[in-house]
Amino acid sequence: MKSLSEIETVSKRSSRAAGYSWGVAEEIGKNIRMLEMFGICGIKNLNYYFRIKKKKQFEKLNLISTKNKIKKWEFCPIIAGLNFLDQVRSLETLKEIKFEKIAYPLLFLPFISRASEVIGKKLELNIDNRLFLLNYNISIYSNSLNEGVVNIGNSVSIKFQENIDSFKVSEWEELYKLSQNTFVEENENSKNMGAGAGLTDND
Amino acid sequence: MKVELRDPNKIMKLSRLGSFHQSKLSFLRSFLREFKDWEYKRDLFDLNKFGHGLAIYSFKKDDRVYSLICFANELNEDERSDRVIATKWDAAFTLHDGVPSKNDIERLKNEVPKQEVGRLSYKELTLSRANKSLRVFNHVVESLSNGVQPDTELLSKVGYLYRTTAVYGSGKFGLADRFRIKNREEIYGPFRLEMMLVYLVRQFTFDQVNHVAKSKNPKKAVNLDPEICRKLGIGNSTGLGMAPFIVNHPTLLNNWIYAREVALKEIREIKHVKTEHSNLFKLCLNKSIKNITSWNTDSKYQQEKIKILLKDVKIFIDFLEDKFNFSNEFAFNEIYLWLEKNSREECVEYVVSMMMEPYDDIVNPLISKMSSEEEKYFNIPTHRTVSQLKAILEEKYSKILNIDFSKNKNNQNFWFISKNKEEPRLADRFEENGSELEQPLAIARDIKKLYETLSLHKNSSTIDRFLSSNSDLRHVIRRAFIIEKFPYSEIQDNTIGKSIMPIDMLRLKLSFFGALKFDPKSDKWLRICMFQGAPLPDQLKNYDDHWVYN
Repeated sequence: MKSLSEIETVSKRSSRAAGYSWGVAEEIGKNIRMLEMFGICGIKNLNYYFRIKKKKQFEKLNLISTKNKIKKWEFCPIIAGLNFLDQVRSLETLKEIKFEKIAYPLLFLPFISRASEVIGKKLELNIDNRLFLLNYNISIYSNSLNEGVVNIGNSVSIKFQENIDSFKVSEWEELYKLSQNTFVEENENSKNMGAGAGLTDND
Repeated sequence: MKVELRDPNKIMKLSRLGSFHQSKLSFLRSFLREFKDWEYKRDLFDLNKFGHGLAIYSFKKDDRVYSLICFANELNEDERSDRVIATKWDAAFTLHDGVPSKNDIERLKNEVPKQEVGRLSYKELTLSRANKSLRVFNHVVESLSNGVQPDTELLSKVGYLYRTTAVYGSGKFGLADRFRIKNREEIYGPFRLEMMLVYLVRQFTFDQVNHVAKSKNPKKAVNLDPEICRKLGIGNSTGLGMAPFIVNHPTLLNNWIYAREVALKEIREIKHVKTEHSNLFKLCLNKSIKNITSWNTDSKYQQEKIKILLKDVKIFIDFLEDKFNFSNEFAFNEIYLWLEKNSREECVEYVVSMMMEPYDDIVNPLISKMSSEEEKYFNIPTHRTVSQLKAILEEKYSKILNIDFSKNKNNQNFWFISKNKEEPRLADRFEENGSELEQPLAIARDIKKLYETLSLHKNSSTIDRFLSSNSDLRHVIRRAFIIEKFPYSEIQDNTIGKSIMPIDMLRLKLSFFGALKFDPKSDKWLRICMFQGAPLPDQLKNYDDHWVYN
């Protein structure tokens, strides 16, 4: 089994050899390491992408907007992902961002996961109905793991999830009430002498 | 009195970093302190009469066991090479996580001796190999088998029986990734497992030499005197492979240097130095002269450095004895200021290391801060502005920005990874091929280019916009935001200039390992000795922490 350190190093060097700058190659190395750690086929997708990149052109999406449409060729997943990561602070006011045709979109995914950590919001990535919930770069929840190589994402979208509760107030209160059963009723003396300002706070 | 931390622009110059010496902060000394309560055991020793076979050593505490597995092999004289490009060695080692099963040993028997072309697993933590110093090893065998102890003069000249040529860890060749073990308290400090491997290998070399001597002459042979063993360490040949490490791990480098700088600052701020502390300082200093005078090297460059060091240390000792009074307030500050004025870099740093000896209370809390969670600082804060980034460069790289890279001499070399061994190398840009495949280690040049490019952009523009059209500068933008938080994270020198001495980079790292007696074999590789004078494993429970100077 290859170690994650080997995976990162080889991904970085091969990315440099494929024409990316060292700084971008460093990002790719970290990303592929992360994909493999989460059980998503990073090495396989990167290999396929570099293979095809030699023969085919891809569009560089430098400035991300609400709707990102290709002019001629599919978007390069690395450049699109990197710019999303770099620009995410100015994009987070948008509720949803759409992309048309991203090549090898699983290579786009780790940038979005890292962006989720940067802004402290969960992001929902949809690649042709494959759903990925990216939780602050700590975990990935998906209905589509172990898919191997995904050549293209024809319709890709990212939704910014607001930091809101996943439960109703009544559900919280019900649980909170139960948790109160671990508390002890204080006597009067304890109320007066316990920590904090006590009953008077006029000094 | 408040003493400022030393200026990174001065301390992070290569000539200064290349003058660093071991100290209480060094990893092999920390390792011994941290593992002194562990149970040491030789679990298996199955060598033939020539000393070839299998041996296993372990350190154990509660449920945790680390086992060194040694494979000693037959090696023809013409196959013995110190270079990292060798393919066979006298012995090969791996540190296994836990107690190895028979299957593990069978698997490792085929892989460990192959080193870089073998495959290890997540159960193995570090990997190494070593060759005998044949002259010394044979002499010791010959002497012991005849019932006499070897010539200690010869032994002290070399300092070891075996020399390692590489110690690998952190996921190389399939070894366990750092993330698997990083939460283990006992190995939180940097390079603890590498130190453990080398330390146990040292014991193996003594056991092996005793065994071979005994096999040669069972009736007459004696064991190597433990006192002689203690004075022997493990040699190490180190080349350029180590140099890029300190460039590639900026926050880690910062934390090492920062610990040293904080220790020095706090020692200089001591108002009244206790007599017991000044005595210990003086004792270590006087005893350490032996380490300088027994420092053998054929390198003219190092001979000159040793000569200067010895001269300066002697002048300093005279000053201490004749003109200095430790009852003065802020005595160590006075000493430091005197050194900066009257000594050269090598001696200044030598004495700085020595100043730490009496102060466990200052040094020990710093040791626990010498690791780094590097991943935390990888993302670039792209919301920052061009003017903010320019200000960082002007403040943190002021000397670098003055270098003229249009001059060939400032752009003379390039770093590359060799195809045959996948190791870092340095070459002349104007005489050798391959500079288009240069590694991103020309930080000074790229920082300067970043500064010039930033100057063409609007100050209010944000870094995300700047990056979208300047991705070739991404690696140095990341570094600039790191140095903003970590002042000692960057070498303040040109690593591709004509006058670069790569061994300065090696010496810096090796001083933090705790190496002694740097012996440069060229400007690109050197030999060192580790654990010379250190307690033997069965002496660990109760040992003198200042063993380096005994």
